[in-house]
Amino acid sequence: MFEKVLTQHINIPESQSIEYYLKHGGYQAFQKVLKSMSPDEVIEEVKASNLRGRGGAGFPTGVKWGFVPKDDSKPHYLLVNADESEPGTFKDRLLINGNPHLVLEGAMIASFAIRSNHSYIYIRGEFVKEARILEKAIQEAYDKGFLGKNILGTGYNLDMAVHRGAGAYICGEETGLIESLEGKRGWPRIKPPFPAIEGYQHSPTIVNNVETLACVPSIIERGASWFKSIGPEQSPGPKLYCLSGHVKRPGVYELPMGTNLKEIIYEDGGGILDDKKLKAVIPGGSSVPILRADEIDVAMDFNSLAAIGTMLGSAGTIVMHEDTCMVDALLNLLHFYRHESCGQCTPCREGTNWAEKILHKIESGHATEKDVELLGEVANHINFRTICPLGDAAAMPIQSFLKKFGDEFRAHVGVGHCPLNSRL
Amino acid sequence: MAQKETQQPMKVEFSEAAKKEFQEILKRYPDKRSATLPTLHLAQREFGYISRDVMEYVSNLLDLTVGEVMDTTSFYTMFKLKPTGKYHIQVCRTLSCALRGAREIYEHLEAKLGIHEGEVTPDGKFSLMKVECLGSCGTAPVVQINDDYYEGLTIEKLDEILDNLE
Ligand SMILES: Cc1cc2nc3c(=O)[nH]c(=O)nc-3n(C[C@H](O)[C@H](O)[C@H](O)COP(=O)(O)O)c2cc1C
Ligand code: SF4
Ligand code: FES
Repeated sequence: MFEKVLTQHINIPESQSIEYYLKHGGYQAFQKVLKSMSPDEVIEEVKASNLRGRGGAGFPTGVKWGFVPKDDSKPHYLLVNADESEPGTFKDRLLINGNPHLVLEGAMIASFAIRSNHSYIYIRGEFVKEARILEKAIQEAYDKGFLGKNILGTGYNLDMAVHRGAGAYICGEETGLIESLEGKRGWPRIKPPFPAIEGYQHSPTIVNNVETLACVPSIIERGASWFKSIGPEQSPGPKLYCLSGHVKRPGVYELPMGTNLKEIIYEDGGGILDDKKLKAVIPGGSSVPILRADEIDVAMDFNSLAAIGTMLGSAGTIVMHEDTCMVDALLNLLHFYRHESCGQCTPCREGTNWAEKILHKIESGHATEKDVELLGEVANHINFRTICPLGDAAAMPIQSFLKKFGDEFRAHVGVGHCPLNSRL
Repeated sequence: MAQKETQQPMKVEFSEAAKKEFQEILKRYPDKRSATLPTLHLAQREFGYISRDVMEYVSNLLDLTVGEVMDTTSFYTMFKLKPTGKYHIQVCRTLSCALRGAREIYEHLEAKLGIHEGEVTPDGKFSLMKVECLGSCGTAPVVQINDDYYEGLTIEKLDEILDNLE
């Protein structure tokens, strides 16, 4: 039986308070780290756990921490990515609402491991309530001596603060986030140098997702081998799956990594809305390649989804039933990417603009076969030619929609209206 | 919409409480420029929106050029460059919400308030915007009014919410 690790307390009203958290074993892992472990031992434990980043890319967390220089004289920074702006994703908000101290404790342990004395939680500006919850939790942690100078008499210092974004998807990308934290517009940086070497204020910086950090306290407490025993060994652990769109019970489900997608949709999600037929599923947030209904018998983990040509991404699963027009759905997403492109690279700025225009034309039934081809070409010209992965994130849906639902695009050609009369 | 955009407060200056808050903000960062976003949030709360005069004020506070502050301000959709209604209604239009009826919600608002995207009602009470994914797709359709989220909306629920706003 899978025992929830991240969300077991989530529906209890008191769960936001430090008293509640302490009563249920909270801050034990941080104390263990402070009193009995070296930063390198923490990194080794997290490496051994095979924890992979929950923000989208799935990079091994311990390995990333290991990139931070050990003997430089610069300050180090730990940035918590609470930007949560990938369409279809709403898990970090739940964690912040229901278990803010778990996020804080994870950030404290990560800070200790990378020898950082400064941590910021970058939270999207719209999450006003959640920012207040985090501020309150941080204050409680200061009051109890888990933050500040000489924490619990161990000589370790750590300051933490909430930093609110102001409405820009691109600030979820780690270097866009860093620029934004520096007070500028969120224009992603060319890598290398990677943030672990040169990030915030030109100093070594680690950016980690909220859910990634929330996994850390239990790894320290129960050990890497316990963590590895949950789900597939190469990408293990508890996982928050976000289910939205045409399902009966949308929501966040904590399940072992590698849970079958079909099971998540039909058992946890209760099946398709109005008992219609399933048409398509975007498994990992709007940026990842789409799956047809006959492809969903797959384990939801990094490697299994990669094997069928898509990605786990942020595990934002968007479900669409038979009445959904795939052209209209793609148009909706391209509007998003066009709006959110930071405008720095020509292929992304112009390509998303073009793609949206062509899609408008196709959706209204006024396009030719050539326009459909052109759409594919535009996507190919964006892919792999940009500074940050937002360009790819816009291109991948186009390419996969065309590959899997090309007939539906061609059925729009020259008919003068959308054959499904769709108006998303 | 006939907005009084030219009318500025006589003097752009933080209240005493805001000045204190600003000093607290500065303490959190290793340099002044990093305080730009929080200072702009504070300024928006104080003045309602970020006019050119406000940008100048903020640039003086942070030892930046007006251009630098302008550049940052205009990049972020949450910083308002002109006044909005007392209740600023933002309707999520992205896919998960669209699949669950965001268009009906938006069109209902347009009809009920008699305004289109980016406009303010003549009495200054409401303004309307479409926005991208609000990070609450599991409770679609979602609308944000000022700081608050309203989730799992139906037309009836929305009407009730609007009727209860003073
Ligand atoms: C366009 C774009 C948007 C992103 N948005 C987010 C986000 O909202 N939240 C997040 O945690 N990571 C986001 N990421 C991924 C981050 O760049 C980064 O990989 C992640 O925060 C690292 O944390 P992790 O290793 O714990 O996953 C985004 C990436 C891109 C390219
Ligand atoms: S790919 Fe797009 S979002 Fe990313 S840096 Fe280039 S223009 Fe900006
Ligand atoms: S799509 Fe509307 S909240 Fe995500």
